[in-house]
Formats: sequence, C-alpha cells, structure tokens
Amino acid sequence: MGTAIKEQACIPKKMRIKIKRADISKWGWAYLMVAPTMIGLFILNIWPIIQTIYFSFCSSGDFGKYEWMGTDNYARMAADVTLWQSTSNTFLFTILSVPLGVCLSLLAAQLLNTSIKGKTIYRTIYFLPIVSAPAAIAMVWKWLYNCDFGLINYILSFFGIDGPGWNTDPGYAMISIAVVAIWSSIGYNMIILLAGLQNIPKTYYEAAEIDGANPFRKYFSITLPLLSPTLFFVIIISVMGALKQFDLVYMMTGFKNPVITQTRTLVHYFYTQAFDISDKGYGSTIIVFLFIIIMFVTWLQFKGQRKWVHYN
Amino acid sequence: MKRKLIVFLVLAIALSTMAFAGGQQEAKSTEKGTTTISYAIWDRNQAPGMQAMIDRFEELNPDIKVSLEVSNWGEYWTKLEAATMGDVMPDVFWMHASRIRMYADNDKLMPVGDRVKTDPNMDYSNYPEGVVKIYEIDGVNYAIPKDFDTIGLCYNKKMFDVAGISYPDETWDWNKFLEAAKLLTDESKGVYGFAANASDQLGYYNFIYQNGGYVINAAKTKSGFDLPESIEAIQFYHDLIHKHHVSPTIEQMSDTKPGTMFASRKVAMYFVGSWLISGLAKNEVTREMADMAVLPRMVKSASIYNGLGNSIAASTEHPEEAWKFVKFLGTEEGNLIQGRSGAAIPAFKGTQEPWISCRTEFNVKVFVDMIDYGVPYPTSKTAPRWSSLQKETMIQILSGNVEVEEGCKKIAAEMNKLLVTE
Repeated sequence: MGTAIKEQACIPKKMRIKIKRADISKWGWAYLMVAPTMIGLFILNIWPIIQTIYFSFCSSGDFGKYEWMGTDNYARMAADVTLWQSTSNTFLFTILSVPLGVCLSLLAAQLLNTSIKGKTIYRTIYFLPIVSAPAAIAMVWKWLYNCDFGLINYILSFFGIDGPGWNTDPGYAMISIAVVAIWSSIGYNMIILLAGLQNIPKTYYEAAEIDGANPFRKYFSITLPLLSPTLFFVIIISVMGALKQFDLVYMMTGFKNPVITQTRTLVHYFYTQAFDISDKGYGSTIIVFLFIIIMFVTWLQFKGQRKWVHYN
Repeated sequence: MKRKLIVFLVLAIALSTMAFAGGQQEAKSTEKGTTTISYAIWDRNQAPGMQAMIDRFEELNPDIKVSLEVSNWGEYWTKLEAATMGDVMPDVFWMHASRIRMYADNDKLMPVGDRVKTDPNMDYSNYPEGVVKIYEIDGVNYAIPKDFDTIGLCYNKKMFDVAGISYPDETWDWNKFLEAAKLLTDESKGVYGFAANASDQLGYYNFIYQNGGYVINAAKTKSGFDLPESIEAIQFYHDLIHKHHVSPTIEQMSDTKPGTMFASRKVAMYFVGSWLISGLAKNEVTREMADMAVLPRMVKSASIYNGLGNSIAASTEHPEEAWKFVKFLGTEEGNLIQGRSGAAIPAFKGTQEPWISCRTEFNVKVFVDMIDYGVPYPTSKTAPRWSSLQKETMIQILSGNVEVEEGCKKIAAEMNKLLVTE
C-alpha cells in the first residue's frame, strides 16, 4: 500500500489513476487465465496470417525456402486469366448459394418454431447434414448427379426427360454444387435462427393480436426486426463460408472434369498452386487476395446493416 | 491459500509430465545393443510384403530392428517434406520419379551409388536400366531400385467372345485395335470398345511413344508435344471419342471412372498399370472376365514404365545400419520375398517369376515382357509445374473444347518456357 501512494505522488494530479497492488495482481491472474487461448490464437492464427502476407511477396523453393521478389506475384496475378475466372466463379457461387440458403433456413426455423408434433425429430433431421462429413456428403451427391447411372436422371427418365450431366455440363455444374451447399448449410443456420426466434418475447405478439394485427403485419413488424441481429450474423457467416468454398468443388468436380474451368473457386485454385504445383509463394498471393475480398465484402455488410438491423 | 494450492498443482502436473517424457526416452535407448531404423512407405497393399522382407532382414541381423511406417500417397509426401524441414526424416524410405529431383538437389539423400560401386555384392546392372536412371541425378545415384511397373491392355474376354473377335496380342497395331473397338461398341446400349482415359501414364503418353513421338527429349531441354508424330497420336486418341465414338466421353468418365465402367461391362478394353492388378484380382467380377495383353503398337511398341527406389536420408544417425537394410532390400533374396507378396513387380532381374506365378488369375507375364521396350515415365525438374498445365490442357483437348493441334502447341510452348529455367 505504502509504495502505491508513493508512486502516485510523482504523477501530476490529473493523470493520477488509482492502481492498487491488488489490481495488478488481479490483472495478472486474468492474463494468466486467458494466456493459453491468446497464445494459441497468436501461434495458430495471427502469426500464420502475417507469414502468409510475407510469403505472398516471395518465390518459394523446396523445403520451406523463400526468396523475396517484391510484387512479382501480384503482377502475375493481374495477368492471370484463370485467377479472374476463379474469382467470378466464387462470386457466382456465393450469389447462387447464400440468398436462397438463408431464406430456406429462415423458413425451416419458422416452421420448426411452431408447436407441431415430432418437432425434435425434424430438428434432428435438418441438423443431420452438419454432423456428416462434407466429403461423404459430396460423394453421395456425386452419385445422385451421375449422368448415366445417377438416381436423379433415373427418376427423370420415368417422365421421358433425358437429364443433363449435372456434374459435367458447364450450364449446370455450378448450380449443382450450390444445391449441395444449400442443402448442407440449412441445418446450422436454422439452429441459430431458431434460437433467435425463441428469444422474441411472446408478449409482443399478444399485444399485436389485441391491436388486431394480421400474421403478415406481425411477421414484418415484430419477427423480422427482432430477428435481424441473428439474421445479420447468419448472412455474414454464410457469405464468408461461400467465398471460401473448396471441399465441394474438390470432391464433386475433381481434376479430370473439363467443367473445372466453370467451377474452380479461389481456394481451389490456391490449393492447386500451393500443393499440386507446390508454388507456395503464388498460392499465398491468391489467399491474400481472397482475404482482401472477404474483408471488403464484410465491411460493406457492416456499413449496410444500419439500414435494416435493429438492436433493441 | 487457494492460490498457493493452484500453483502447487500446476507445478506438480508440469513436473510429472516431464518425468514421464524422460522416462519414455530412457526406455528407448535401454534396449541394449540393438539399433532401430525406420522405413517409410506409402502403399498399404504392399505393407505385408515389406514386413516379410523386414522379418527376414531382422533374422539375418538380430542387432537391427526396422519399424515400418505406412501412410497413403498424399500424406506421405506432406509428412516427408515436413520431416525433411525439421531434420527428422525416416532413415529409409521409398522414392518416386516425380520427387527425386527435389530431394537430390537439396542434398537430402545419401548418394548410395558410391557405396554400390565399392560393394562387390552390389551391381546396378541387376536392375532395369531405366529405373536406375530415374534416380541418377547429374551422374550421382540416390536409390536402389525396388520395383517397376508397366502399362498393359486389360480386356473383357466375354465381350470378345460374344463379338467373335480374337483376343488382343502382340500382333495388334492401332488399326486392328480400332477395328476391334468398333465391333465391341454399341452406343445405343452405352457400351464402348475402349476407354480413352484422360490420363498421361494410363493413356496418351503410351500412344505418343508408340507413334514415334516423345513428351520430352533425352536432354530434357525441349518438349515433344508439337512434333507431328505426337500431334498425330493425340489426334488418334481424341478421335476414339469424337470421330469413331468407340470411347465414352471425358465427361462420362469423370462421372464414372473407366475401371468402374469396365467392371460393369460398359467398356471392353482399357489401360491398366501393373500396380492395379491386385485390385482387379480381388474383385470377383473382374477376376472372372478380365485378362491382360500387351499394348497395341504403331510405328513401334512402347509402354510407359516407372519404378520406385529405396533411398536413405542424408541426415540419418545410423548410416551403416540403413545401408545394410537397403542393400538387403536390393538383393535377389529380398526381391524374391517381395515378388511372392504379389503387390509389385520386383526390380531385380530374373526375380519376376514368383510375382508372375502368384497372379494366376491373369496373363500378367505381359507386364514383365513389356519392360524390353518400355519407355521411362517422362519427367524433369519442373515436371510438377508443366505436368499440371499439360493435364489441364489435355482435358480440354479430349473434351473437344480445344483443337488438337492448337492445344498440343500450347502445351509444348508452356513446357519449353519452364524447361529453359531448369
């Protein structure tokens, strides 16, 4: 105690902050407690990000040797037709999968929020794709989509329709992948939205009913505004996930499929460069580019949220 | 008081784990007199065969223990690369044509060639020259050949019988082959004579060499993709799909693999590598109906071949023991044990007999015969880069999106650009 007072005496009165020894000791313990997470975060997330940015300015050699080469990778990127094709594919995938995916999740959440029989069973069924391995999901869908022997074209043949090659026709391949992405994301989004719906106090609806509001009015004036923070979260997460799409393209298109030019996403292109061709420098450049895209898109969304997201 | 207790607990846990780790380490080194070396491989199918060789080696050398580490192809190279960076490579491991350059250029492998020269019991002439050459970088040898593989023609006996065509043999050239493929095709039923797979080793490379072309010249300075012979070969391969319609399209084959089509009787012939035979023998459907023949010839006979090698880490702590082991793997005795396991064709000359006789299901002798005119799998230092470009362009050519000549010239230009940098 005595030393603390002494220290304070040297500091001008205005800046005097009361730091007690007990406080320091308390902070110390707090820091010690968060240290494992912080150290983990720094070693596993933040440091690799910094390194990746550094590598994006390097050419990579064998066994982790990197050589500084300035902005050459970025110049190469600007002239790389495949990269721009992949970028537009990535955006196309996002546009195809996110809006519809979120709407369907919202619908599912809404339906399961009502009091029907077997609610838990339905919830489990909807959530099942999340528990399954993405690779397994992609494999099963690949079989369903098979041009000659797939279940979908088999069923279509009963109606006299000669189904296309869902996985190989340039006009359908991306849509097919988006369908799988939507199907497998509904469960997760639904659970979050369901939690949001259940947080809305029933009294609002009761009050609205007394005022004679119709279901439409109730939905747009109570449900949507109060759900908007949750919805915003779901959209942010979905857009990020869609921009980072890799596994479905990798599993469903594969490397021997000519349609790869139409379905290759940025992360898939990064994978080819970094691990197939083992050009980790250029691979890092692609990933930094994607990082910037995601940052920008997310920033736009945060700017836009003021218009429609209501926090109380 | 509470705080002291926590500190005490943390310390106690830390100390006890340290003691535990130390104890483990000690246990390892107290096995008196024996040295343990590690042997890393990437093929689970071959693990029993490798273990049989290890067992025999340990019997002969009771003071050396070998621990086998099996992973799959993809994991193997990721792990090996990481281990190389961390200087904890396995002592002995398999090497492949596509990776040897990278490891040799960075001095990560023991130059075993020097030891072979001074060892009276070892001689590189015991192995196929092409496989030896794969692991010879700038005149230095970095591996002892382990096995080799060639490409053969797998055909459905029953479909040939029904169509009334005699089975393929060494007299077949492309014309005969095409004629048979046409007779075997029934497009309305979705049945095709041949599967023109979008694969280099299991497809178009063979045709390029059979037609007198090449993928890369001997000095590894120039691509041969723009040679008239090569373009003609690719055109022929392309026409099997688009002109003669004797093969499913590339799109169909990316939905259903050629091997699956063959097993479901939708394809009568396709190219297989000798490493795929054990799989065909295990499947009772293919075991019944399939057999093997040499590849059809054109200007000459050719079959792409490749072979694995056993390499030693340059940084190994037990160079003598590792060398003893690799030497044993390269002996006639070791190769005979390997051959009997049936998973791969042993490299040592004259030891192929047990391999042939343990695969009674098919006429596998053709795979050994083809080594006489086999062409080593073309590769070079920048191969990972150009082969990826090449594969992608070939897929566009074979799907009909890019003209054959235009595509081949593009591949050659891209390859040449990279070959200059070697």
